[in-house]
This record gives sequence, C-alpha cells and structure tokens, in this order.
Amino acid sequence: MAEVRAGREVREPETEFAERSRLVEGVRAYGLIVAMWLRSTMAYRASFVMTALGNFLVTGFDFVTIMLMFGHVDALGGFTLPEIALLYGASATAFGLSDLVLGSMDRLGRRVRDGTLDTLLVRPVPVLAQVAADRFALRRLGRITQGLLVLGYALLTLDIAWTPLKVVMLPLMVLSGAAIFGAVFVAGAAFQFYAQDASEVQSAFTYGGTTLLQYPPSIFAQDLVRGVTFVVPLAFVSWLPALYVLGRDYPVDLPRWVAFLPPVVAAVCWVLAGLAWRAGLRAYRSTGS
Amino acid sequence: MGSRRQMPAHYARALWRNEGGDVRLYAVVAAGGFRRHATYRVATFAGVFTNTVFGFILAYTYIALWDERPHLGGYDMSQALTYVWLGQALLMTCAMMGGGFEDELMERIRTGDIAVDLYRPADLQLWWLAGDLGRAAFHLLGRGIVPMVLGALAFDLALPGSPWTWLAFLVSVALGVVVSFGVRFLVALSAFWLLDGAGAMQIAWLAGLFFSGMLLPLPLFPGVLGEVARALPWSSLLQVPADVFLGRYAGWDLLRAYAFQGGWAVALLLAGRMLQSVATRRVVVQGG
Amino acid sequence: MDDMDFIELDGVEKVFDVRRRTGFMRRERREVRAVDGISFRVPRGEMVGYIGPNGAGKSTTIKMLTGILTPSGGRLRVAGIDPSRQRTKLAHRIGVVFGQRTTLWWDLPLRDSYRLMHRMYRIPDSRYRENLDRCVELLDLGALLDVPVRQLSLGQRMRGDIAAALLHDPEVLYLDEPTIGLDVVSKAKVREFLRDLNAERSTTVLLTTHDLTDIEQLCKRVMVIDHGRLVYDGALAGLHEVGESERTLVVDLERELPPIELGSEPSVRVVKVEGPRQWLAFPAAVSAAPLVARIAADYPLVDLSVREPDIESVIAKMYVTDSRV
Repeated sequence: MAEVRAGREVREPETEFAERSRLVEGVRAYGLIVAMWLRSTMAYRASFVMTALGNFLVTGFDFVTIMLMFGHVDALGGFTLPEIALLYGASATAFGLSDLVLGSMDRLGRRVRDGTLDTLLVRPVPVLAQVAADRFALRRLGRITQGLLVLGYALLTLDIAWTPLKVVMLPLMVLSGAAIFGAVFVAGAAFQFYAQDASEVQSAFTYGGTTLLQYPPSIFAQDLVRGVTFVVPLAFVSWLPALYVLGRDYPVDLPRWVAFLPPVVAAVCWVLAGLAWRAGLRAYRSTGS
Repeated sequence: MGSRRQMPAHYARALWRNEGGDVRLYAVVAAGGFRRHATYRVATFAGVFTNTVFGFILAYTYIALWDERPHLGGYDMSQALTYVWLGQALLMTCAMMGGGFEDELMERIRTGDIAVDLYRPADLQLWWLAGDLGRAAFHLLGRGIVPMVLGALAFDLALPGSPWTWLAFLVSVALGVVVSFGVRFLVALSAFWLLDGAGAMQIAWLAGLFFSGMLLPLPLFPGVLGEVARALPWSSLLQVPADVFLGRYAGWDLLRAYAFQGGWAVALLLAGRMLQSVATRRVVVQGG
Repeated sequence: MDDMDFIELDGVEKVFDVRRRTGFMRRERREVRAVDGISFRVPRGEMVGYIGPNGAGKSTTIKMLTGILTPSGGRLRVAGIDPSRQRTKLAHRIGVVFGQRTTLWWDLPLRDSYRLMHRMYRIPDSRYRENLDRCVELLDLGALLDVPVRQLSLGQRMRGDIAAALLHDPEVLYLDEPTIGLDVVSKAKVREFLRDLNAERSTTVLLTTHDLTDIEQLCKRVMVIDHGRLVYDGALAGLHEVGESERTLVVDLERELPPIELGSEPSVRVVKVEGPRQWLAFPAAVSAAPLVARIAADYPLVDLSVREPDIESVIAKMYVTDSRV
C-alpha cells in the first residue's frame, strides 16, 4: 500500500509538467501512436506496397488529366503546362503532407458513432493528438511523391528569374500550405462532433480544395476566387505564393506582399480550428454523441 | 462498417419464405439495398454537397479548355459542361470509386461467412446484383438529381428535350450499373484465391476511374489509348450513358451502344458465374 | 479528500437533449434524464458492484466518473479531482476496462500495447516491469505476450485488457462488463485476479455487470440504478430480500413423478415439470441445503443444480415491490 503511494508521488511532478505543456505532450503522444501504426502497417508489407502505389497512381491521375488537356491546348487560362505544374506540385505536396499527418481525422465521426472515442478520453494525453494519429497511413507518401515529382518537373522546365525571396518562398509555401490544409482537417473533424455522417463535407474542402488549387485562378469565377481567398483562405496555400514566384498577377486585386502571408494565415487558421475543436469536444462531452 | 452494412434480418427472413417466387425474392433484396443506403440522410446531404463542389471546380476547368478549343472531341461548351455534371451524378450510381457491395462480399469471403450464403436457396450472384441495383437506384435519386439540378441552374447545360432521350439514358445507366457490378463481383471473388483482395480491388478501382471517362471524356484521350479506353467495359459507366444523354446516338447507333454495354454486362456476368462455381466447389471441398 | 470519501457524488445529474425524427423534416426535442440525482460515497479500497438494466444510467455514471462526460448538475469528485475539469490528471490515477471495446492493438503482439502504455503514462521503468510481471503471472499471460492480439480468444483479450489498465498503478479501476462473453475458466481467472488486486493493493474497484455471480464473488456492496436513480445501496443479500428474488432448484428424479410437495416449506413451489426433471423456485435468502436434504429423503433423486436469479428479474421484482409500498 505505502509502496503504491510512493510510486504515485514519483509520478506527480510529471503530471504537473503534462498540464503545463499540452503541445509538447500532444506531439509526443502523436509520435508514440504513429509508431504503433507503422509497426502494424509493416505486419502487412505487401499490402502496404500495393496501397502506396495505388495512392501514388490515383493522386497522379489529376496531373494525367492536365497532361491530356494539354494534348489539345498550349495554354489553359493563359498558363502554360510548366506553370500549371508549379501550382499543381505546390498544392499536391502541401496537401499530401497534411493528408499524411492528419488525413485520418475524418474518421472521427465513426469513432463517435461506435463509441470508441471514449477509450481515447480516458488517456492522459490530448484527444486531438490521438485522433490525428489514428490509423496513420504511410501509403499517403504516394501523394507526396507525385506532388514532388510534378514540382520538380516544373522547376526544371520553368524559366524563372530567381531571387533569394523566391527561393525562400518555395519551402515556405509548401509548409504553410500543409499547415493551412491541416487546420481544415481539424475544423472538419470538429464539425463531425455535431454531424457524425458528414465526413464528406470535409472532403469538399480538402480534396476539393487541392483540386481547385491545381488549376490557375484565372479560369475560375471571380466570386469563387474571392471565396477561397477571404473566406476559406486556401488561395494562400499555393496560388498567391506560386504566382509571386512566377511573377504573374492575381485575378483579385491584392498587393504583392500578400504572397508572404501564408505563415500568418496558417497560424490564424490553426487558432480558429483549435477553438472549433475545443467547442466540438466540449459539445461531445456534454451530449455524449 | 461491416455491421452497418449487414442485411437486415427481416429481409433475410422474407427471402427464406420466398423460395419459390424468384422475381419477388430479388425485388425484396433490391428494396433492401435501396433502403439501407437511404437510412443515412446526413451522409447523403454531405455527399451531394461534395459532388456539387467538385462539379463547380471541374466545370470551370472544362470552360477554360473549351474556350481554347471550341468543339473539342465533338462536344460544344454546354455539352462539355453537361458531361461534367453527369459525371458527378453518376459517380456513386455506377460506383466508379467503389463504395458498393464489394467490400462486404470480400469480407465475407475472408471470414468464411460466405459458406452460409452459398447454402441459401438464392443465387449468390443474383442476390448481390439485386442488392447493388437497389443501391444504385438510391444513389441515382439521392446523389444524382440534386447536383444535376444545381449544375443546370448555375451553367447552361444541354438537357435533352425529348422524354425518349431521358428514357434511353436511364436504360444506358442501368446497363452501366450491371457492367460495374460485373467487374466488381469478379474482383471480389478473387478474395477466394488472394490473401489480400484489397490490392486487386484497388487496381480495378483505378482502372475504373481512368477508363470510365471520369477524368476527361474518352474522345479527348490520344490515339490508341482513346480507342482502347472506348472498347473496355468501363466506358459503359459514364462515357456511353453521357453520350446517350447528349443525343450522340440515334436509331441503330443507340442499339449498337446498348449492344456494347449489354455485351460486356453478359460477358462479365458469365465470367463471374464461372468463377463463382469454381469458388463454390472450393468452399464445399474445404468444408467452408 | 479523506479515504472514506475517495469517490463522492452529490446529486449528480446528466440530462440529454434527444432529437427524434417525427416526420420528413420535423423533429421532436425531448429531455432525457439519464442520471437523475445520484449521491453516494465509496471509500478507498472498496469493491462495489454497480448494476441495473440496460439504459438505466450505468455507463453514463461511469463516463462522468472517468471524465468522459461532463455532469449537468451536482458535485462529483474522484480522489479529490473533478473528473470533467482535470481529465488528463485524473487519467493517471484511474484504470478503465470497457468490456466489449478492446484498447489493445489488433495487429501487434500484446507486449507492444503494454509498451505504449509504459511510455504514454510515463511509468517509471522499474514500476512498469514489476507491474507487468505481476499481471503476466496472475493473469497467466506469459505465453500470450508475443501473440498478435487478433489471434487471442475473447477471454485472453479481456485478461490482456485488464493488465493494460493496471500498469500505471491506478487507484481506481472501472470495469464495464468484465466477464461478458467469457468462458467459465476465464471468468474464474478474472474474478480471482480482481479479488487479489483489491486485497493486496487496496485498489478501489467499481464494476458494472449483468452477471450476479461476479457481484456475489467480488463485492460486499452493490448499488442498483434504474431510470437514472439509485434504487438500492447495500449488501447483495439485502438486495435479494428487497427484491424477493428467487433461486431455482433443478431436480432430476429417477422417473416421472407428480410435482414435488414439501408441506413444511410453503415458500417453495414447483414452477415446471418436464418428464423426470422438475424446477422448484425458492427465496434467494433461504439456504438450499435443508431443502435438498428434504427432497433427497422423500424422492428418488438422481441429480440437482441451483440456478441463481439474473439481475433483470431481481430488479424487475424490486420494482413490483416498490410500487406495492
């Protein structure tokens, strides 16, 4: 008995530590759970290779479609194939990263429905981290791979007057873009606390969003472009920074420096998504469904 | 997932009683397939929303393409836009991205539950076909109509003026569903021999997406690739019904289109039947 | 918090808003009081059975005690912690086993799931090894540690789940139907383990179950909840008295005979006769031994067995009793 108590005393300070830095705790727990899923994946190695290849091909179809289009035209909305490849590569890579890290969050609704979310709520680590790591799917490297290939093709074929700022812009764009998509994944999952069957709504913004961004903004209706600039700020994922790199104008009248805003936009999106997540989780814990 | 898709008990019971009346039996299964998918209203609304968003995005890409090359592939602008929205309307109906019965069937084969199905006084293939037709009917109504209407409100679509064209279109869609079923049934049965049927299903799914015309109308595919694509069964899923809808087939051409779809449907169903009897013998020999 | 009030509930309520579809677009809102003002105290080291029919509010109470759900009213403390406000802090001090939802990793060896617990709960290495060894020994898991969980039987998995919930030395253990679906041997093993755990480590245990034998063999105290209210809190024997519950004596005679008559025992009655087999109902509080002796003396007895009442019938009878008062 006394021994058990002593055991607890040793642990107590660490518990306090956990309360202090939820972010660090969350990332650590995410890593632990992802490692478990990776080990599970490797139990079915052949299946992994197959699905990774499938993921590579099916996401690559999007670019195949664009190439088929360019079999008939030289430019689409005033953009050449390499230019579109830059837009595409940036968007696909950014989305691929967030899909790899957070893509399983659309399973939240199912977990709410079958009650297994409760098993996550009795663990001493943030629920968001556990849900994000749930069913971590390494096969999603397929999408990132094809995105990077197209990006590489664009950079090799484009004739860009490189400046240090433009060079910095490339990684900045991909990483902030991934963060913006990540916030959309979290917000979409938060919505599933209210509507468990509505995971497809999220797909409209994530998969739909990346499809939209693969094409130049000039081909879309002005209202749609404004919507994804000011309402759901997907334009900051790739359109604005990539157009800066290409030295081309944005269809909505905006100053040049907005191309550098993606990190700020990503931060704001994460704050909002975080609030939505907390509200959703609170609603779940008060209604239980 | 599995439990949500299980056949409700009262349908199963109704089936046992109906041993004699075959048509009624499969009608009950089809109604079951319809009702099962109709239960998920929120999911249906969410799906319609997503189909509509994709419809808008793709429509603008087609506008850009046809702006550059009017009459590309023999379609004018409004026909091209109609093609986009038909794709969204038929995506679920013809199960171009999967989502029909095949996962459940493969799971039953994997777990051995299939042995129970084989002892039912109903034919395995017809049983699943009936269920899938019911599902397709629901998806046509639930997931097809609203995106099509929204698309027609937002864009200038080439809707058929004659009720006969609409009817001809529905026949072609029905044939497309059967072809789609035939492919998925064959692939699902591969689970009898393959340890992990998911890989085979994924290949079939990729092929379906690519060769159905979902990415771009098949006449836009270059040279031999286009000809091969048009000859493969998957063109029955979208390309052929869309062309019927757009009035590209008349008279004998329409019959030829039907014959193409029907031919593939029969061939695939027969192949599925043969594979089924081989698989059945295997199950019986192994004692389930 | 002192040890007498280790778990304390004062007028705890949980109200759900249930929306029901009544027409194509019409919905009806209804308030459901899943837990309707429950108060009790559990001292440290007690083992309590928490029973009631499905939908009575059992699991809602457990969910509030573990911090999953926030109460709509009342006051609730576990080890001095407000579960809904300090969920993660509480998590270090409680263990939870959900009977039908395993938290083990399906495709991985059992050992891997324990390693995850080790790191997730930041259990000191020596404690972890000690606890794991103990669980492995007492729950007989040695041969299973390197087997993927999907290959384990239901009983083996349950034992694995119980071990997973105990590696971080929880002071309270919540068990939701720990013996459901298990075979007799596994049931016995699980019960024995829980008894030891409670005796040696004075872990407080709260368990919900449908199996009255669990309660009989493990808990001195039982709480019965129905329609969100605590309708009984006391010893199991008392529950039988309140509920006027009956046990059944199944008697196999040498041959078919008219219903057994025991003139001096008016509370015993034959409820069913099927060939040489007869079923006799008698009050649960009455000892079966003298009864068996009487029958054996007067009738050609071949075999017999005693059947315990199930929870549903005990509670159903309690309600009949209640409404008569």
